[in-house]
This record gives sequence, structure tokens and C-alpha cells, in this order.
Amino acid sequence: MSTLRTHDLIINVPGRPDGFSLNLNIEPGQIWGVLGPNGAGKTTLMHTLAGLLPARSGQIVLNDILLKEQKRRHIARQLGLVFQERQDSFPATVMETALIGRHPWLSPWESEQGEDQARAAQALTALDVNHLSDRLLNTLSGGERQRVAIATLMTQNPDIWLLDEPTNHLDLHHQVKVMNLLADQAGTGKTVFLCLHDLNLAARWCSHVLLLYTSGDACWGPAETMLEPSALEQLYDQKLITVEVDGASLFVPVRSAPKP
Amino acid sequence: MIRSLLCLGVLSLVAVVLAMALGSVTIPLPDLWQVVLGEGSALHRTLLIDLRLPRTLAAFATGGLLAVAGALMQVLLRNPLADPYVLGLSGGAAVGALLAMLAGMGTLLISGSAFAGAMLATVLVFGLAHGTGSWTPSRLLLTGVVVAAGWGAVITLMLALTPSYKLPGMLYWLMGDVSYARSPWPALIVLIISVGLILPLARNLNVLARGPMQAAALGVSVRPLEWTIYVLASLLTATAVTTAGSIGFVGLIVPHMLRLVLGNDQRIILPASALAGGTLLVLADTLARTVIAPEQLPVGVITALLGVPTFLYLLHRSR
Repeated sequence: MSTLRTHDLIINVPGRPDGFSLNLNIEPGQIWGVLGPNGAGKTTLMHTLAGLLPARSGQIVLNDILLKEQKRRHIARQLGLVFQERQDSFPATVMETALIGRHPWLSPWESEQGEDQARAAQALTALDVNHLSDRLLNTLSGGERQRVAIATLMTQNPDIWLLDEPTNHLDLHHQVKVMNLLADQAGTGKTVFLCLHDLNLAARWCSHVLLLYTSGDACWGPAETMLEPSALEQLYDQKLITVEVDGASLFVPVRSAPKP
Repeated sequence: MIRSLLCLGVLSLVAVVLAMALGSVTIPLPDLWQVVLGEGSALHRTLLIDLRLPRTLAAFATGGLLAVAGALMQVLLRNPLADPYVLGLSGGAAVGALLAMLAGMGTLLISGSAFAGAMLATVLVFGLAHGTGSWTPSRLLLTGVVVAAGWGAVITLMLALTPSYKLPGMLYWLMGDVSYARSPWPALIVLIISVGLILPLARNLNVLARGPMQAAALGVSVRPLEWTIYVLASLLTATAVTTAGSIGFVGLIVPHMLRLVLGNDQRIILPASALAGGTLLVLADTLARTVIAPEQLPVGVITALLGVPTFLYLLHRSR
């Protein structure tokens, strides 16, 4: 069980003169959805929370210790990240890719044992890509690669899961499957923090929502209070129609262009 | 995987035996064995222990150093076309060696000067690539290529200004020649120690091959690791260049051929590169000594003649 807190955190979005201080308190069992238009700083926020980018000011605290004072290897056992973009310079199989998730858990001289293989296979099965385990990554479709990346995080098995647009490239069935998987993980005490562009997935699965505006403003709170149609319309500069379906709000864009 | 390393080990041994047996005088295997047991004729003992063994071991060590350095550079720059010389290191070494030759210095000073030149080239490229911000692989690569072109111009200038009687020695050095090696031990020891040092880091390199951000997210301290690889690969290359001049293509083709057969797990690729690179250069040097015996060809010509078509084939195959 791990918690992630930020104190007066201002992320370093290039070209933005100032930003809103984030004081987030991300607890086990919660699923946070980050919503915002392109360029609002969602990916920057993800990378900053993972300690991969320096913040402009403020602090990030992982389990009551400042993130920047912890060793990368120690951080990687508690916090993992699925990147939006990945580079594959050298060919690698799906199984090899999932197994690199075990890296932070193995000492330099150790190699992946049966238990690590089993974890990787289990994760690949959970994401319906186990049948591809011997295939080269660059021969897969975008959605299959996305699922392999999520399976790699699952193999890493940190307490805190950061996911940058995990439903990108996924078909409808696998979007639902991934969101259900994340909900299951949160149910076992994991902390899930993801960027999304789909309001309806957020409304259905997220317990908390963080809205990031292009101006640098931000607001956050429990999903049911944050997913106000007026706030979302302002966020995306897009008129929305809201209906209640199956106990959750459903947001549909209005077809006409917004007024200038 | 262990089996493939064993196979390569056996292959290296065969290559070494072949290199010992063949030459201006062919020594049959029974006689070879007698010398190993400490018997045999005095001529054979001198030929094998004083002449062929040091040369063969020097060739093996040089090939191994170049192949490991190439494998490391390819991961560091995340560019499959990188080789030990891509960052202009051999150019620096060559300028150092040629300067020493021009000044009429002895072999030891030529080696020392070559090593100093290689190290200077390393520091120069790294300093320039760093600039005001942090360096990226593409920036490092571009800086290296441009600096290498600069070294090339300096080498041509020096050759143009050199009295003609000094030219053959210089040209042989530039083409790579194992007969320059006086003692194989420095290169061999550097090879063994560095492979021993790099093996515990090999899994980190596998993760680094996925990009620095992914590597950092999986617990790798990227910047120190990149520094270590850069310094180590430079040291390996400098040692190889100092031992046998600049020998092309071993560092480029050996890691690639191995990746095609064994996959891209650095825990296998790095020791396999040491063995296969050594084997290749031992065989190439044996050819260089025997093709037009008693005349000798510079081994760099043989590796390049083998390397160019192999590399073009690989490039063609990989779409």
C-alpha cells in the first residue's frame, strides 16, 4: 500500500509562465482520472509524478519520503508508469518485453526465474496477449502493443500505477477490459492514476478526477462532484449533452462548432 | 543460451589452434601438442611460443575488444549503425600514432601516443556533444561523426606532408596490423576485466535499449549508466586501436550477426561478442599471414573485405 502526495507542486510545462499549485493526496484503492485538452500538461504531470522530470516548484512525497531523495530502483518497486509513446530501437519479443518489468526486483547477478516467467505470462494472459508471447513487438498492432505495455507494468507490480492514456489504440472490448483490470487492482489496494480522453470511461470507472486546463489551472476531487457538464464544457471548449444511463453520466458532444 | 556461448568458446579454441598451426611453416597437430606438453623441437617452440602465440592472442583480444565496444555503443546510441569508431575515436588515435611516427619515436611511444589521442578524441566529442544542455544520442552521434571527419582531414594532411620513406609504416598502422602488437597481455586483461565488469550491468543495458525514460521508470539510474558505458567502450576501443591500429567492421558486424542468431539480450550478446569478435580477428589475421606468405597483408583489409559484403547483406535482409 503506497500513497503519493504533492505539496504546492507546479509542473514544468514549457512556455507556460505560471501554473496552479497541485496539492494532491492519492490514496490506495483510488482510481484517478486526469482529464484535459491536448497540451494541458497531462503527460508532463505523469512524468513529474514518476520523478522523471523536474518540477518547477513544490514537492512530491512517496510514502512520506520525498521522491527526489529516493533511489530510482527503490521508486520503481513502488511506482510504475505506462508511457504514451515508446521507442523500440532493437527487436524484442512480447515475453522479453513483459519480463523487463521484473528488472527492479532482481539483483544484478540474478536472471529471471520461473516465478518471474509465471508472473509475466499471467499478466500477458490478463491482457489477452499471451498467445503472442514469442512474436516480435514491431510485428504487432498498435492496440496489441498497448496491451503488452500494460502487461509489463502488471509484471512490474508496483503499488502505484501511473498510466498515460492506457486506452489509446484499444478496441471497445479491450478498453473495458483494461478499465476493469485497473478497478480490480485498485480493489486489492493499488493506487491507479491515469490520463484519459474519454469522459465516459472516466465517469464509469474513476473514483477521483483531476481537470487540467490549458491555462495551467487545475481542480480535483471525487468524480461525482468533478464531472459537472459546465466544468467539462469549459475544459474542452466543447458543448456537451449529458444523459444518465445505467447509473453513470454519459457525455455526448454537441455536433455544431462552439461559438467563437 | 549457455550452450551458444559454449559453442562460441569451442569455435574460438579451434580458431586459435588453426592460427598456431598455419603460417610460413605449417606445424602438424601432433607437433603442436608436443610443444603444449613442453617438448618438441627448439624451432617449433620459438615459432609457436615467441611468435605465433603472442600474435594470435593479440588478435583475439583486439577482436573481442572491438566487438564488445561496438555492442556497447549500439545500445548507448540506440543506433544499430554505431560502431566503436563512430565517435571519431580511431581518428584521434591515428593522429596520435602518426605524430609519434613522424617524430621517429619507438613502438612503445607510438602506442602511448595512440592511446592518448583516443582518449583526447573521447573527451573532445563528449564535451562538445554536451554543450549547454544535456546530450542526446543523436547529438552525440552527430558530434562524433563530424569530429571524425575532422580527424580524417588531419590524417590526410599529415600523410601529404610526410617524407615518403615513412609512409608504408603509417599506412599499415592506419589499415590495422596485428604484427604491431608487442605484448597481448594488456589487451587481453582489459578485455577480461571489462566483460566481468559489464556483465552485472547487462540487464540494465537491456532496459536502456528501450529508451532512457522507460529505463528510468524501471529503476535504472540512466545518466551514470550511460557514462559508464561511454567511458568503458572508449577505453576498450582505445586499447584495441593501441594494440593493432584501426581495424574496421569487427565492431559493427559481429554484434549484429550475433543479434540475428541469439536475440538482443545483452547478458548473452556481450560475452558472445568478445568470443566471436576474437575468433573473427584470429581467422582474419591467419588469412592475412598466409594468403601471400611470406608477405603479409594488413588484417584491417581482410576484415573490411569480409565485413563490407556481410554488412550489406545484413542491411539488405533487414528491409
